[in-house]
Amino acid sequence: MTRAADTTRRKPDWVVLACCLFLTVFGWLNIYSASCVDDVQVFEWGTRYGMQLIWIAVSAVISLLILHVIPTNFYPTFARETYILMALLLIATIIVGADIKGSHSWLVLGPIRLQPAEFSKITTALALAALMETYDFRFDKPRSALQGFGVMLAPVLLILLQHETGLALVYLGFLLCFYREGMSGQVILAGFIAIGLFILTLVASPHVALTVMAAIAVIFAAGRSHFPGKVLLYGAGIVLFMWLLPLLWKWRWFAQGPGNLSPATWIAILATPLSLFFAIRLLIVRHKRYIANALLAFLFGAAVVFSADWAMSHLKEHQRLRVESLLGLRDDPTGVGYNVHQSKIAIGSGGFAGKGFLDGTQTRMNFVPEQTTDFIFCTVGEEWGFLGSLAILAAFLILIIRIYNRAEQQKSRFNRIYGYCLASCLLMHVTINIGMTIGLMPVIGIPLPFVSYGGSSMLAFSIMTAIWLRLDMENR
Amino acid sequence: MDVRDRKSVLVLAVCIIFAILAGWLFYLQVINTRYRVIAENNALKYEIRYPARGLLKDRNGNILVGNRIVYDIMVTPRDMPPFDTVEFCTIFGLDTAFMHAKFREYRLYRSRIGYQTLTLLKQVPAEQYHVFAEKSFMFPGFSATPRTTRTYPYQAAGNLVGYLSEVDAAFIRDHPEYRSGDYSGRTGMEEAYEMQLRGEKGYSIYLRDVHNRVREHYMNGKYDLQAVAGEDITMTIDGDLQAYGEKLMNRKVGSVVAIEPSTGEILAMVSSPGIKTEQLAEIGRYYDQIMKDPYRPMFNRAAMSPQPPGSVFKLVNGLIGLQEGVFTPNTYYPCNSGYSVGKLKVGCHGHSSPLDLDHALMTSCNSYFCYVFRAIIDNPKYGSTQEGFAHWKQYVESFGFGHKLGTDIPGEQGGTLPSAERYDRMHGKNRWRSLSIISLSIGQGEIGCTPLHLANLAATVANRGYYYIPHIRKSTPESPIDSRYMKRQYTMVDTSLFCEVIEGMRLAVHGGPEATARSVAIPGITMCGKTGTAQNPHGDEHSVFICFAPKDNPQIAVAAYVENAGFGSAWAAPIASLMVERYLNGKVERKDLEQRISSTSLLHKVRVRRR
Repeated sequence: MTRAADTTRRKPDWVVLACCLFLTVFGWLNIYSASCVDDVQVFEWGTRYGMQLIWIAVSAVISLLILHVIPTNFYPTFARETYILMALLLIATIIVGADIKGSHSWLVLGPIRLQPAEFSKITTALALAALMETYDFRFDKPRSALQGFGVMLAPVLLILLQHETGLALVYLGFLLCFYREGMSGQVILAGFIAIGLFILTLVASPHVALTVMAAIAVIFAAGRSHFPGKVLLYGAGIVLFMWLLPLLWKWRWFAQGPGNLSPATWIAILATPLSLFFAIRLLIVRHKRYIANALLAFLFGAAVVFSADWAMSHLKEHQRLRVESLLGLRDDPTGVGYNVHQSKIAIGSGGFAGKGFLDGTQTRMNFVPEQTTDFIFCTVGEEWGFLGSLAILAAFLILIIRIYNRAEQQKSRFNRIYGYCLASCLLMHVTINIGMTIGLMPVIGIPLPFVSYGGSSMLAFSIMTAIWLRLDMENR
Repeated sequence: MDVRDRKSVLVLAVCIIFAILAGWLFYLQVINTRYRVIAENNALKYEIRYPARGLLKDRNGNILVGNRIVYDIMVTPRDMPPFDTVEFCTIFGLDTAFMHAKFREYRLYRSRIGYQTLTLLKQVPAEQYHVFAEKSFMFPGFSATPRTTRTYPYQAAGNLVGYLSEVDAAFIRDHPEYRSGDYSGRTGMEEAYEMQLRGEKGYSIYLRDVHNRVREHYMNGKYDLQAVAGEDITMTIDGDLQAYGEKLMNRKVGSVVAIEPSTGEILAMVSSPGIKTEQLAEIGRYYDQIMKDPYRPMFNRAAMSPQPPGSVFKLVNGLIGLQEGVFTPNTYYPCNSGYSVGKLKVGCHGHSSPLDLDHALMTSCNSYFCYVFRAIIDNPKYGSTQEGFAHWKQYVESFGFGHKLGTDIPGEQGGTLPSAERYDRMHGKNRWRSLSIISLSIGQGEIGCTPLHLANLAATVANRGYYYIPHIRKSTPESPIDSRYMKRQYTMVDTSLFCEVIEGMRLAVHGGPEATARSVAIPGITMCGKTGTAQNPHGDEHSVFICFAPKDNPQIAVAAYVENAGFGSAWAAPIASLMVERYLNGKVERKDLEQRISSTSLLHKVRVRRR
């Protein structure tokens, strides 16, 4: 009983609440601007802004229920069950889900369309919290690590099967939570290096990527070696050698890329610097663990480099084009790059203070596709200018850092893990979504939390945040 | 590293990510201005308002070239439901096959066309448009845009006013202020005064959406620009006289040029056969036909076709001789049916002999001017033939021959005068004598001048020694013409000497039975004239006549040049005479002559090459 009395007395974290409310209201204004029609002066419920208002109301009611009715211990207790139920729902969606723009992620219930993948973030976060909360869960134990990755990747797999690559990508955000809970930072570093090499391979050539990788490895080794000067000297030699190699071989082979060479040729080409590299390493650092690690790292890098072309040819056509467009390999403002080009025009034309509410020519005239959902940030950028963009960014920054800070203060490990999952999830959404609209990221269709039009997204983020607020409230 | 510090790492990472996003947004929105420009081009649709093109008026303020509203019929295929095609075709007099071909085209390119509005028919006359407008409810998706096209009330002066045509890609490249679909003057006055005539286009700004659909008038037209109508141009042409000249020259090859001597204003400039004005308005349709016409109607003979002047050139030689003092008006030279030296003989026709200057001009005696010409060239004070020739040439050039007069007529040609070098090439260095070039004495040989030169000669004589550079744009207080058209251009011959040849020219018309142009005297008007019959390698002689009238205070100087027509007195003289009568009297009494001249075709006498 004392617990119940506590809840009524305590107030939810007003900073998080204020940020969410600001984003929701500001978001709705922009949806109104992007979807209202001039000559119709009356408020219409059937329009997007009308629908969104309904969704906001529904989200508010459910959030209030979570904040004041559902007991806190419901979440750790039923985390496993909700997770499994959600997995079943995801599977069901793949089978019975309506085909909307090539994606099988929608459940149609009469007039309502829901996207279970959005809600699956909540259950996954809860399940991860429940799993990692246990006393003997440690990331340096392979069993624990496998379990953690398993819980994270299972919904990813199902969502990929639904052809919602964007939403699946968001789950990588949980890696940040793993990192906080003790996972080696090298996993994330490896991820970044992989992305870097991938881009380098596509933009320049496999040869350049390999050379850069070798250079990084040498610098890394030099940092740990007792004779950094020597390592750097040898390293320089290797890099030089790798640049001279194409001259020794026929230049054409390299220039044409890996596709035109037989695997045997590549192994031969690679073997030379590789063996040289490790021979030198062996001479300098007489430590076997380093050798194994370095070998692994190099093989990983090489695998990334050579899988880049393979991956590009096996990605879905539209995804490959988006990546190529982002990397500037394809200049095509009326084709694949159209969205981003128009989006940049809209945002760029906003200037410092914007064109004013309802006065954006680009968004109002439908130049930007998906402008109420994934590209809602264009409307913000055009009508509210740099100031409006900055307000949105600031709200998200405060929200995320506030949650990180409060999570760190939680008594229960469950609460902390959940908080990290929520903040990381928000971070992924914001980075990818805004990055996409301003051309820093490939076009990955995920909504901007609280701002974009969409019932599922609105509801899912409201629920997820409300659960956090409730957990946070209880902690005190 | 303590696991608890990892929060700081994450917070730092978050801050870096947001800093990158904010920085890039700052660049896009505040530093870079490129996207603002693109956005305007994207969303604002400028709809062009076409100005009315300036009118071309004649010297009396009558409209030579006017405007008429026509309509371009536009269609938005996307908004076009099935409709009564037969009715549509009946209104515009189209073949249903044409419409079906269009439908196929629109279907084939529907994705590229989208919401665009395309031009279906160009320059539909107002009568058809009104029928269409009445029934337009039957044809949703169709609309009409008014445009102006040219009309020609006098149906004359086609070659002078020129035509308009839609600009092509090459033209736009050189003149970036034009857009596809604009018209510009391509020949004649339309081209020469394009800048003044075209006016300034205006525009209305509309907001459009991504499908190119126009949504609303931007800021209620606050930033719209009104079109500025083109400036009217007043020409020196007399519309009546021009039309009359064209009527007289009907089915003859040649030209007539009439100049007001006291100003240099060109009253009429006929080149025949010329472009018919009904073809001008729709040049696109007739262009091939015009280009294939063996008589080259596009060619403005009056200013572009150098021909031997024939006997009218005797005036010039006579004046030079008088100025040089190699003979006097009372010097008599004999004529024995021609002028013979050794084997050389310049033939002449039967008339009394010997003659003084006036009567030599009256009868157009060849021998007389052979004597005069030789006296000029072999003048002992110059020492050599070549030196004498050089002086003669200077005199001739002072009359405007051998070079462009500098008129404002597009494509004016300068004609030719032989140079000493040319004779050196023909005969060997300094191996030619006055006899070698004796043809020049009677306006034959290596000399070519345009009918405009000849009219200018008539005007020069009428003015007693000077001319104004002929021009076709009349000076108005609002837009005065270049001052060079106001300056008297004196010849090297003293003005007092002109009276002698004027008397000869008067006699040529009014001098009795031996006068060459006695048949074209106009009752009540003292006219001075000189016939010419220019031999040429193409067929019969060209018929040439220049004249001015009245003798005192001349109002009009005319040159007529009818190719391969025979004697000057047979065709050129009556035509010039009728022009003078029409201009001075406003009407023509000699109906029989007029009827005979205008109804006779001389086309068959001209040898042409099929094109």
